[in-house]
Amino acid sequence: MNEPRRLAVLGAGHVGPVIARLAVKAGYPVAIATSGDPEDIALITELMIPGAQPRWAGDAAADADIVVLAIPLHRFGDIDPGPLRGKLVVDAMNYWPASDGALTAFEDGGSSEIVARRLAGSTVVKALNHIGYHELEDRARPAGAPDRRAAGIAGDDPAAVAAIAGLADRIGYDPVRLAGLRGGRVLEPGGPVFGAVLPLAEFERAVREDARSFA
Amino acid sequence: MTYTFGLDTFGDRNDDADGKPLSHAQTIRNVMDEGVHAEQAGVDFFGIGEHHTEQFPMPAGDVVLAAIAARTERIRLGSAVTVLSSDDPVRVYQRYATLNAVSGGRAEVILGRGSSIESFPLFGYDLADYEELFEEKAALFAELVRGGPVTWSGKTRAPLDEQDVVPHIESGPLPVWIGVGGNPQSVIRAARLGFSLALAIIGGPPARFAAYSQLFRRALDRFGRPPLPVMVHSPGHVAATDEQAKAEFWPRWRDIITLIAPERGFAIPTEESFDRETGPAGALHVGSPETVAQKIAANLRVLGASRFDLKYGMPGLTHEQLMTNIELYGGKVIPRVRELLS
Repeated sequence: MNEPRRLAVLGAGHVGPVIARLAVKAGYPVAIATSGDPEDIALITELMIPGAQPRWAGDAAADADIVVLAIPLHRFGDIDPGPLRGKLVVDAMNYWPASDGALTAFEDGGSSEIVARRLAGSTVVKALNHIGYHELEDRARPAGAPDRRAAGIAGDDPAAVAAIAGLADRIGYDPVRLAGLRGGRVLEPGGPVFGAVLPLAEFERAVREDARSFA
Repeated sequence: MTYTFGLDTFGDRNDDADGKPLSHAQTIRNVMDEGVHAEQAGVDFFGIGEHHTEQFPMPAGDVVLAAIAARTERIRLGSAVTVLSSDDPVRVYQRYATLNAVSGGRAEVILGRGSSIESFPLFGYDLADYEELFEEKAALFAELVRGGPVTWSGKTRAPLDEQDVVPHIESGPLPVWIGVGGNPQSVIRAARLGFSLALAIIGGPPARFAAYSQLFRRALDRFGRPPLPVMVHSPGHVAATDEQAKAEFWPRWRDIITLIAPERGFAIPTEESFDRETGPAGALHVGSPETVAQKIAANLRVLGASRFDLKYGMPGLTHEQLMTNIELYGGKVIPRVRELLS
């Protein structure tokens, strides 16, 4: 299997442009889309994500190997699962009731597991959700840098997890593979690594000591 | 470029000298005195941000601003911010148009979400509707600010049909800003509606917001609008020396961020992170007048901004510490920044 290279980032709010920018810098071909006309984000793309292509969401997803969901979770219901079928989907969203309000559909269980159930034709990996959008860019470092930080990767498909671990590594983080998509609950708001941006050893210790990481 | 300098408060609850919290009522009266003192110290703008909590008992800042207006002559007065999504744009417009009348044309409005969300459950709004509420209400607010009868319909309030909304503004439209925390689509929206841009920079290197200023200018151009100013709003504290300012501010900052961290997804502050944020590449403007002036000047320059608002105070600081902060900001920091930028 060829290495998945082409990225579509869905969402041009706080998080999407940061992930897109890091991916462009790491050499990935990147498209970015919102729920609307790509013309609406043409200026944002030109000035803030040079090198990325603004596109319609369906077209961006259809041409991508990896689709990154960087939209508010309460808008997830608007996503058409069709164009995501057969794709590797990175769920960078969070269920964060204290900040964004409660959502009945996400009250029970890990949010990425619920996302994966709705995107049954896709391979879902939870990643890039637990580092704040400003810090995601500020803390990115090349492999081997002494102050490099860790990023958790959670998924049930080992090849998909390996691909996203490679993406995390190339955009500037030491990937830490967790025990399946369910193990990704440790990355959620309220968990030990959410918002903390820890170095590898501390990240692994925090995850190990947390009950959520045990299936 | 003409620079203006403001002070913003969230009505941060004061302690007395023995560390005992003052009442909400006394804190509010202290804010009035702080606003008056800001004018005496030479500050251009005094803003009050809407909050509804025990630590920030300031839900009706416009009432306090009207009291300050009655005791001042020159200083401009406004919200910082008004949580428009959980309010009625017509009422917000009426309150600030009234403040404008009371103050002889000195009112401004900064619209936004602010760093808190408690007004949503309080007034029966769903946070999940935030985007739609803000988009629609900001568009209506733009209609109201334009003046004249308003015809409008939408999902978030009753329609208006050729409605004359009073009081009429006597001296040009209210200056309106939109507070933006890091969403580039919010920058585009401000430009589309013809509102000025207020960059709320509360953590990390301010320089990374330079792209937002550039985006704003390009978007104004694309929408065929004339240039509009960019403001920077950042927290800080000024005292006689760097050491004193940090010693006063640090425990208050640590306690409040630790309290709101779970809700906001902030990391718990450490002395290391505080040093980073108060250093040249951080967002906290804490230190002696010279330190803070250098930082403000550098940030205005790199961000192409013409206005700086220092969000002063933190829950637990004393009224006396805040009055000293205001005195130093108006008397020393502002003149020094003007000098550095001239």
